[in-house]
Parts: sequence; C-alpha cells; structure tokens
Amino acid sequence: METAIKGSVASIPDESEAPPLSPGELIWRRFRRHKMALAGVTTLILLILYSLAGTLVFSEAFANYTDTSLRLMPPSATHPFGTDTVGRDILARTIYGGQISLLIGLFAVVVEVIVGVLIGAIAGYYGGWIDAILMRFTEAMFNIPQLFLLLVMAKFFGGKIPTIDIFGRTFSGSVVVIVFIIGLTSWMYLARIVRANFLSLKEREFVLAARTTGTKNLAIIFQHILPNSMAPIIVSATLSVANAILTEAYISFLGLGVQPPTATWGNMLDGAYNYIETAPWLWIFPGMLIVLTVLSINFVGDGLRDALDPRTLTQ
Amino acid sequence: MTRYIIRRLLQAIPLLLIISLILFFLMRNTGDPLATMGGRRLTRPEDRERLARQLGLDQPLFVQYLYWLIGNDWTKVDMDGDGVAETPGDRRGVLRGEFGKSLVTRGKPVLDIIWERLPNTLLLMIPAELIIILLSLALGVYSALRQYSVADHVVTAISFVGYSMPIFFIALVTMYIFAVKFRNWGLPYLPTVGMFDPQLGKTPGQIARHMVLPIFSMTFISIAGYSRYVRSQMLEVLSEDYIRTARAKGLPRKMVIVGHALKNAALPLVTIVGLDIPLLLAGAVVTEKIFAWPGMGRLFLDHVSRADTPVVMGILMLISVAVVVSQLITDIVYAWLDPRIRYT
Amino acid sequence: MTPLLEVQNLTTRFHTLDGIVHAVNGISYTLEEGETLGIVGESGCGKSVSVLSIMGLIPEPPGKIAAGQVLYRGQDLLKLDEAQMQHIRGHEVAMVFQDPMTSLNPVLTVGRQISETLTVHLGMSEEHACLRAVELLGMVGIPQPDDRYGDYPHQFSGGMRQRAMIAMALACAPSILIADEPTTALDVTIQAQIIDLVKTLRERLGMAVIWITHDLGVVAGLAEKMIVMYAGFIVERGNVDDIYGNPRHPYTLALLKSLPRVDRSSQEKLATIPGLPPDLLGLPPGCPFAPRCAYEVERCRQENPQLAQIGRDHEIACWVDVTTGRER
Repeated sequence: METAIKGSVASIPDESEAPPLSPGELIWRRFRRHKMALAGVTTLILLILYSLAGTLVFSEAFANYTDTSLRLMPPSATHPFGTDTVGRDILARTIYGGQISLLIGLFAVVVEVIVGVLIGAIAGYYGGWIDAILMRFTEAMFNIPQLFLLLVMAKFFGGKIPTIDIFGRTFSGSVVVIVFIIGLTSWMYLARIVRANFLSLKEREFVLAARTTGTKNLAIIFQHILPNSMAPIIVSATLSVANAILTEAYISFLGLGVQPPTATWGNMLDGAYNYIETAPWLWIFPGMLIVLTVLSINFVGDGLRDALDPRTLTQ
Repeated sequence: MTRYIIRRLLQAIPLLLIISLILFFLMRNTGDPLATMGGRRLTRPEDRERLARQLGLDQPLFVQYLYWLIGNDWTKVDMDGDGVAETPGDRRGVLRGEFGKSLVTRGKPVLDIIWERLPNTLLLMIPAELIIILLSLALGVYSALRQYSVADHVVTAISFVGYSMPIFFIALVTMYIFAVKFRNWGLPYLPTVGMFDPQLGKTPGQIARHMVLPIFSMTFISIAGYSRYVRSQMLEVLSEDYIRTARAKGLPRKMVIVGHALKNAALPLVTIVGLDIPLLLAGAVVTEKIFAWPGMGRLFLDHVSRADTPVVMGILMLISVAVVVSQLITDIVYAWLDPRIRYT
Repeated sequence: MTPLLEVQNLTTRFHTLDGIVHAVNGISYTLEEGETLGIVGESGCGKSVSVLSIMGLIPEPPGKIAAGQVLYRGQDLLKLDEAQMQHIRGHEVAMVFQDPMTSLNPVLTVGRQISETLTVHLGMSEEHACLRAVELLGMVGIPQPDDRYGDYPHQFSGGMRQRAMIAMALACAPSILIADEPTTALDVTIQAQIIDLVKTLRERLGMAVIWITHDLGVVAGLAEKMIVMYAGFIVERGNVDDIYGNPRHPYTLALLKSLPRVDRSSQEKLATIPGLPPDLLGLPPGCPFAPRCAYEVERCRQENPQLAQIGRDHEIACWVDVTTGRER
C-alpha cells in the first residue's frame, strides 16, 4: 500500500540530502563536461612532462652538441627526430626548446597580468582623468602592431642582459628580455576587461560597505573587488599563454628572439624553409609541437570560459 | 551621423599624438639618437656636437619632441655653441613627411625607401583582406545553417586547429605540399620565391601566380578565426524574434537568411575587419620573409637586423597611423551601415 | 458548415537534454469565420507553443508535434510541407508577437518589412507594394505614413511599432489573425488603443482573431469564446459571457479572484494562488492543478479529468463541482 502511493506521487528531491556545491566544485563539474577541454589539459600535462622529464634523458649539452658530420640526417633510431643543420639532435632540442617556449609563455603572461590588472584596476576604480589618460595610453598601445614593436625592442634591448645561470642551466639573457617585452606589449586587452569589471563592481553595495568601514582604497581594490573579477582574468590569462608562446615563436623564427644555442621551438624553425624539400623534419616536429600546445591551451581556455561564465555562476 | 564622424576624428588626433610620443620615446632609447635623427653616423666629436645642436638634442625633451614632430626650420638654432640661436634649422619634421635618412643605404630618405616597397605589400594585403571577408562570411554562414552536421563539425575542427597555428607553419606546410610535393608528383606547382620569375619578367600573370601561396598563408588563420565568429553571430541572429516574425510572414527561406539574418549578422564583421589590420601586417612580415616577397615587411626585418633606426621607426609610425586610420574608417562605415546609429 | 479552424488533440513536446517537456497536451477547439477566441493562462502554460504549432514555427528538433490535427478550411496544416506552409503563413494566417522591439528587424525599414509580404504573397510590384504599405500604415493609425515608410523600427515608439506589426500582419488580408500577448509589453493606455484598433480592423476585414493573454480583463472586452489553459491542458472552454458569469473551474475561479477590483475595499488582501506551476518535464498523473487547488479530492491526484459539458456552451475539466465542493 505504502509503496504504491510513493510510486504514484512525483518525488521531490529532499533538499537536506544534497548539500549545495561550492563554487570550486561547480566550476570543476562544468569544466569536466567539456571533453575537448579535458583533452587539452591532458595534452598539456603530457607536453610539460615531455619538456621536463626529457631533461632526465638528454642533457642540455647533448642538445647543443654540434657535429657537422651528422648534419641533416633524417629520423632514425639514434636520432628519432633527425638532426639539424649543424648536426644537433632535434628531439633533444625540442625538449629543451619546449622548456624555454613554455617558460616564456608562462612568465610573459605573469608580467602581462600584473601590468594589465594594475592599469585596469586603477583606471576602473578611480575613474576621472586618471582613467582617461590610462585608457588613451592603452588604446595607443593597442594601435601599434605588436610584432613590429616587439622586433624593435628585441633588437635593441636584446643584448643588454647577460646570460644567467640558474639551476645549473645557462639561459641566454635574451630570454628575460623576451619575457618582459612580450608581457609589456600584451597587457592591453586584459586591462580593458579588468577596467570594465571594476567600473561595474565599484558601484555595488559591498564596496560601499567596505568604504563606510574606513577600508583603504588599495585594500578595497585588491581584497574586495579584484577577487570578484577573477573569472575573466583567468580565462584571458590562459588564452594569453597560447598567444605568448606563438609570439615568442614568431620573433624567434624571425631571428630576433631567443638566440642560439639556446633552443626554442620558434628559433628551430628559422631557416628551415631553405631545406624544405630536403629536410622536412627540421620544421615538422617543432612546428607540430607548437600547434599542439597552442591548440590544447585554446581548448582549455574555451572550457574555462564556459565553466566560469558569470551569468550561470550567480544563479 | 556627421556629429559621430567629427567626434571620432577628434578622438583620433590625441590618439595619434600619444602614439607619436610613445614611438619618440622608444626611438630616443634605441640605438644612437644622433644617427637616428640625423641619418649619419658621425665619429668626430665636433661633428657630433654640431649635429646635436642642430637637432636640438641639447634642448629639453619636450622641445626635442616638438622639433621632431614639426621640424625646426621655422626657428633658429644655435650652431656655434655660443648660446645664441642664429641659424635656421633644416628639419621639416615628421608631420611634414620627413622621417630622417637611412643609416644603411647611404642617407637615402626613409620615406623614399618605404614608398618603394609599400605597393608590394599592399598587393598582398588588399586581396588578402577581401578574401578573408568573403570566405569568412561564406564559411560562417554555411556552418551556421548546417549546425551540428558533419560539415559543420569538420569546418569547426579545421578552424580550431588553423586558429592555433603560427603563420610560418602554415606557410611551410603549403609550401611543402603545393610547391615541393606537387613538383615531385609532376603536378603544376606554385612558385615560392619572390614576386616574379626574373627569366619570365614582371608580368601580371607571374605576379598573380607568386601571390597565391603568400596570400593563402596570410588568410588561413584569419579565415579560421572569423568564420567561427560569423557562425556564432549567425546562430545568435537566427534565434532572434525578428527572424521568427519573418518566418511567420511566410517569407521563403532564402529571403529570411539573406535579407533578414545575414544583414544583421554580417554587421559586426565590419569592425572585426578593422581590427585585423595589425594582424595582417604582422602576417605580412613573416610571409614576406618566407616567400622572399619584396615588401615592406621584409624591408622592416632587414633594417631592424641592421639597426637602421630611422627606417624602422618610420615604418613603425606609418603603420601605426595606418591602423588608427583604418579603425576610423571602419567605425564610420559601421555607423553608416547600422541604421540604429545612422539615424539617431 | 466547416469551421474556419479546427484544432484537434494538438500535442507538442520538446526533447531536451534534461528530458521531455510536455508543453501542449492534447488541446482541441474550433474557430468560426469572423470569431474571436481568447486563450488565457499563466506564463509557461503552453499558449504560445500551441499557436506556434499551428503556424508550423516550432523548431524540430528539439520540438515535435507528437499528435493531433489542425484543420484550416478542412486541410490539415500539420501535414503540409514547408513550401505549402509558407503560402499559408502571412497570407491566410498571420501572427503578431509580444515584443515589437525585438520582433521587427532593426536593419530594415518598417515600410519594407510590410511591403515584402505583399510582393511575396500577392505578387505585387515593388511600387505597388510600397503604396499599399503606406496605405496600411495609415489604416493602423500611424500619422504621416509616407514619411514613416522609410523609417527604421528604432525610430518608432512602442505603441507605433505594434501598430506597424499589425499592419504587417494584415497586409495580405488573412482569414485568421493570431495575436500572442501583443499588448503585454506596452503600457495600459497604449494597450487600450491597440485593442480598439484590432476591434475596428477585424470588423472591417471580417477576420477571425485568436488573442492570447494572461490578462483576464482584456479577454472580456474582446472575445466571444475563450479557453483557459494550464500546464498544456485546456481546463475550461466556452462562451466568454458564460465563463465570466459563472466560472466553474477552480483555476479560473482563482484567477478571477486574484484580479484587483475597483469595487472592493483596499483593506482586503489580494488573493493569490499558492504554489508554483508544475514542471512540464515530469507531469504527475492526475490533474495538473491538483497541488494548488482549493477543492482537491483524492481522485484529482490519480486521474486527469477530461473536458465535460456543464452548460450549452461551457465545458470544464474537473472532478469537483465548485458550487457544492463535492465530486460531480
């Protein structure tokens, strides 16, 4: 009798049974629904492992070891990716090149985020003529084509920093320069987003509340408003990493980026078109790696964008 | 509408000024400022001093900027170091077209050098832009109308991958397939070097054949990106109420799609196109290098690697102005096309 | 005589990721020439979906007209192909939508949006269609119609836009005008004007009208017949005077009670209907209104009542007699 009645009445979920999900769990759940984003994350992890773990197999000296008697050899058992124009093993170079390319991508975005957030936050929060000046400046930077600016800056500031030795590895000074100049020419888009966010958030009640309790402006910016604008910053920053990696590849390909013997995926492609017929492995492997990395990051960024969509989060 | 145009024009002027400030600042800090503005590398101290005075490098920064911008031939400069300005200057300034002289090609005016190569780059960029607009629209609409079909998925997949590729990779791949492999397989193949075959002369036919691969490389990425944008715009428009009204009126499908939907969906593409100019320019640099196309991009690369600051700065300034102007034109065209803005 | 429009057992469902939404559940009614039918119900009760189904404007997927017939002059519209339906839409059966701002194409002139129906359906030349469109604009009460022909929707006020929409719908002199909450987005004074306009035009053109609204006041002054919908079902159907004078379905009763009335004291609390409309994803067996019904008996939860006649022109779907409070 009881079971019959229960079966015929539509069951209403008992609210006390399922506790509400925290925002983090909700985001993860929605991210998980994106199969391509998950594929992207997996690929990225594999690529990072490739670059890091590879150093256990090959030493950097090996990657930079030139032996012209071995030049331009096709892929073989001893050199799975072949050798380049001066006899260096391409597989090892893609491993070390990967490290540099990924590192540059990551750190350039760090610079970009710091600058972009600062400018956007200050412009959006204070408004008035500060905003006007900062935004004119941002717009001006937007209008100067990035690649040209970068090439000039790379050329003229490239030699200024000497090589650095960290963790027993030698980095050409140009790496630091590249990180900074990419960061300093990519922040504009983020600044606009942050400013737009701040403009709308600063009118909200929690800001007014913070002000009435005497919280200092800086604290309001960084502890109150900024945490609420994290979503677009994260998405933008993620997609910027892909952009930074591409940009580094561009300038290295054009010969003005990271200088050899330090390898990056970009500079490995420099001059490869001269050997396009005879040695396609010169450019296929580093090129594919760049495409894979950027593609994965784009997928992850797409997934993040949907998972962090503020319209559905606030429901 | 005219008020809008005037307002945009007025906005563009301070923008150009700020850009010129940024570039001036950059220029002063790269390379040898004397050589940069004077166009010659001088080694004798007296010559350097004289040139420095003539260029006003002894003046405060603001005055230097002023002279750089509008020249100093309207004022007197102190040439003999006695603190009294008596000789008229001889610089006309950037605004009147004087960008200095090249350090590398023996004092040839920067503007002349750029002018020589500019048409070649335009020859690539203008057709490229047209192709991008047309193909993005076509692909985007096609995808949107066949949402979730196999064709749509294929186009989306290719777009995603294409969007993630650096231009040089696409250039290399197309070079490999259409030039190298085709030749090996005995198929008619496309040339990969320069603007024309020296043995066959600079004919339109030759130029056209040489344009194919560079333009393809330049447009592939943009088409990949924008077709996705058009697709999403089209899908959004198709779900709007006024499309439902158009259908409810019994209008044939083609009329609904082209006359009603497309007109709305294509509109934002106009602004995107304006934003694409800097990307196309960057693409031109890379493509011109790979395909040895004698354009402005390649000129830029050559002169950057040889630290020829006047030419480099001249190009940088010109393309920045070009970007601002093209955005201005785009905004005005958009305002003219969208009746909500045109008739307010 | 065959009725102009006969809807029989129309059932429309939507297959979504979360399940099947039962939007319209076997509704039936008839419409004679020149008659006005009012469809009343809350948001989400299926009124719009039902008329969109008649027009063949339900996107399939995810929608699907699962059952039923829609006989227009004896011909089943649901069996027609797209080309044939295009001939019917805008020409024989026309529709006016709720929000005139979003329902008009912002980049085309209003005049053009009217004249295109004339060129497509009546084969008029551009010139002729243009002239006729100006006439129509004048007919719906838009001043200076020749100037206004070339204006864009954003240059019209809300009321004017709706008038233009009506002009658009009437351009080809349809037999039926379906109006889906055309005045909900407008303020009350404009609402009255639009209703007057439709009344005048329907007489002049001899049109039948289906008027959808959630506003009971509007139906009273406009329609001869009405149906009350709830959760995709018709719960009361019949002559407007009979239903208003003698409402017999608990839902209709509750709706009428919740209307603020001028002749009541302002101290009285406004009656509301407790609870929420049911989730169309999982309709329980039994009457959909039962959980919120004041007259509920046990049978209501178990069986869904069919429409049954209680007067000459008055049917309700209910197990209970509201005058006695007991089962019928």
